[in-house]
Amino acid sequence: MVKTYTISIYSENNVGLLNRISAIFLKRHINIESLTTSQSEINDVFRFIIIVKLEEEGVKKLINQIEKQVDVIRAFYHTDEETIFQESALYKVKSSALFEERHIQNIIKDSHANIVTVSPEYFVIEKTGFRNETDRLYHDLEPFGLLQFVRSGRISVTKSKMEISEILKKFKSDN
Amino acid sequence: MKTKEQIALQEQESESIKISGAEAVIRCLLAEGVDLIYGYPGGAIMPVYDELYKFQDQLNHVLTRHEQGATHAAQGYARTSGKVGVAIATSGPGATNLVTGIADAQIDSTPMVCITGQVGSHLLGSDAFQETDIIGISTPVTKWNYQITKASEIPEIFAKAFFIARSGRPGPVLIDITKDAQFDTFDFIYKKCKGVRSYKPFHALDTHAVTKAAELINKAKKPFIVWGQGVILGQAEEQFKSFVEKSGIPAAWTILGLSALPTAHPLNVGMVGMHGNYGPNLLTNECDLLIAVGMRFDDRVTGNLETYAKQAKIIHFEIDPAEINKNVKVDLPVLGNCKESLDALIPLIEKKSHNKWMGRFDELMKVEVDQVINKDLYPKKDGLTMGEVIVSINKHTRGDAVLVTDVGQHQMVACRYTEFIHTRSNVTSGGLGTMGFALPAALGAKMGAPEREVVAVIGDGGYQMTIQELGTIFQTQAAVKIVVLNNEFLGMVRQWQQLFFDKRYASTEMVNPNFIAIAKGYYLDAKKVDKRENLDSAVADMIASEKPYFLEVCVEKEDNVFPMIPSGASVSDIRLK
Repeated sequence: MVKTYTISIYSENNVGLLNRISAIFLKRHINIESLTTSQSEINDVFRFIIIVKLEEEGVKKLINQIEKQVDVIRAFYHTDEETIFQESALYKVKSSALFEERHIQNIIKDSHANIVTVSPEYFVIEKTGFRNETDRLYHDLEPFGLLQFVRSGRISVTKSKMEISEILKKFKSDN
Repeated sequence: MKTKEQIALQEQESESIKISGAEAVIRCLLAEGVDLIYGYPGGAIMPVYDELYKFQDQLNHVLTRHEQGATHAAQGYARTSGKVGVAIATSGPGATNLVTGIADAQIDSTPMVCITGQVGSHLLGSDAFQETDIIGISTPVTKWNYQITKASEIPEIFAKAFFIARSGRPGPVLIDITKDAQFDTFDFIYKKCKGVRSYKPFHALDTHAVTKAAELINKAKKPFIVWGQGVILGQAEEQFKSFVEKSGIPAAWTILGLSALPTAHPLNVGMVGMHGNYGPNLLTNECDLLIAVGMRFDDRVTGNLETYAKQAKIIHFEIDPAEINKNVKVDLPVLGNCKESLDALIPLIEKKSHNKWMGRFDELMKVEVDQVINKDLYPKKDGLTMGEVIVSINKHTRGDAVLVTDVGQHQMVACRYTEFIHTRSNVTSGGLGTMGFALPAALGAKMGAPEREVVAVIGDGGYQMTIQELGTIFQTQAAVKIVVLNNEFLGMVRQWQQLFFDKRYASTEMVNPNFIAIAKGYYLDAKKVDKRENLDSAVADMIASEKPYFLEVCVEKEDNVFPMIPSGASVSDIRLK
């Protein structure tokens, strides 16, 4: 059964690793739904969050191929139920709309979005949440004219513990 | 030129010395025990070549005639010597010409370090002369790669590269060095790499899995072993032989596993796969336990996965976790180095023989001998067969030689019929199927095992893909014996056209040059055979020669290789004609 899986990769922060990881997907003709990279909870360790829609067997094979890469410390996969995840979206709207269309203020309030900045020409709203929440705000704001819209890839943490520090400690004591 | 004493003095780990990046490259190679590299110079790698000149008494550089030749020679060297092969080239086209050999080494798990020059770091991304993104290009076909832009990175990266190339499941590593990093000077200290925190070469011995494997093996009525190159790469030949002998289980090889167990061993039942032997393929679907050792269930081995060994329990001894359940779902993976796993397994298994089961292999071998092998080896028709050439080579080398093959019909025939006594005696391009592999690989194989006879058997198609390496063979005088089996066709493709494309021979017929004149043009001894009565003495002359030697044998134009499992068919559907 095809499901949404979150792949979490802990790796070294090396030039070219993103290319190496994405090549694994390319070789197997697998589309990446979203990809986010950032520092992890460990100082010099990088974290990738990659979202794919696949059968579980396919994800397992991907994880094996990813872990095989020399610069990858560990890779995991999780279902939506096993993770806490969010996306962020930014909406740029003409400032005149904010003052002329009182309804907009209610939309912002009801959606628990934040106004990031206001200038005479435009204002920017930020909303973090699930996809359906950022989507709803998109549809609510669209009639007033969106100057720009952008949504981040999914970021997520797992409910279960990640034992990367332990792995790195063990390597240090073994060598 | 520097004296040995000077170098020894400078090599003391604790003492740092200020040297150029280019000299550091040479010192790193020497520190890793490299005494031979293959390559081709050019602009962006010239500082390193300048140092090669100074160190020529310690580090032999073989100038191939094309960078692809350098990679295949390094592969051949690695395969016979067990050491890491090294190839070096310049940026741009020099680097891209390495790619085929790198891909070949990746899929066949050959330890290799490739070094490429790169334009100066200030020019990166400017589309400078001979700039190419070799890191990007080589990423999917390397075990690891790295671009050095500062001289000070050289020692650590080289140490890591050699460690990664040779440890765990071996593979190719590429290091790209910008020209400024070759010129810059820095304080050189070399420390060998002992581990990389994000990389685990292999799993520790899994005693639990080994115990379970022993239980399955002891219970099995019709067990069958298929082994691959993992036995050779893991230097587990002794353990493997003991395992086979104590368990009494018939064992078959994949093409890269060939020579790990002597051909004449009573439990060696032949090859599995598309042109493998009849018995091992058919009985894959009759055994009750399939024990895979250091092999990866390639599609040319398994045929249709839906009908592959479905009746059997499967144990997989494997070093690479990514190979477990990749193609074939197994009942019991035994992760780890197969040498350690087999060592632990042997005391746990009962000494047995499986005479009745072994009899099934014998029966099917008789069928194959009658319908295929006799016709191949002892033909009654006029035209020469590839098989009878191999028989003659066997006779004169007495199973002692290293066989190097290219890709195609001659490869299948040579691997099926060559007799082996020693391990590390079969050098071929298995996974990638690289035509043009054999001639340069044979040069490397001979340099990796100079005391051994090296016979390269090559088709007329593949030979012409890297024929320029005759120049390297002539220059080095590596005493390689080159046998071209000339059927004036791209034989394997022609066979498929005959069988599956209604004999539409699209672009497979070759109008060939005078191969003897070409060999003689390179001042090599050369002979041509087109009659059976001249074959044996010509092979004898070739083997007796102590110099490189070229032998062309004109074989039947439209012979086919059988048995054959048509692409995508089941191992049970193996055809004898």
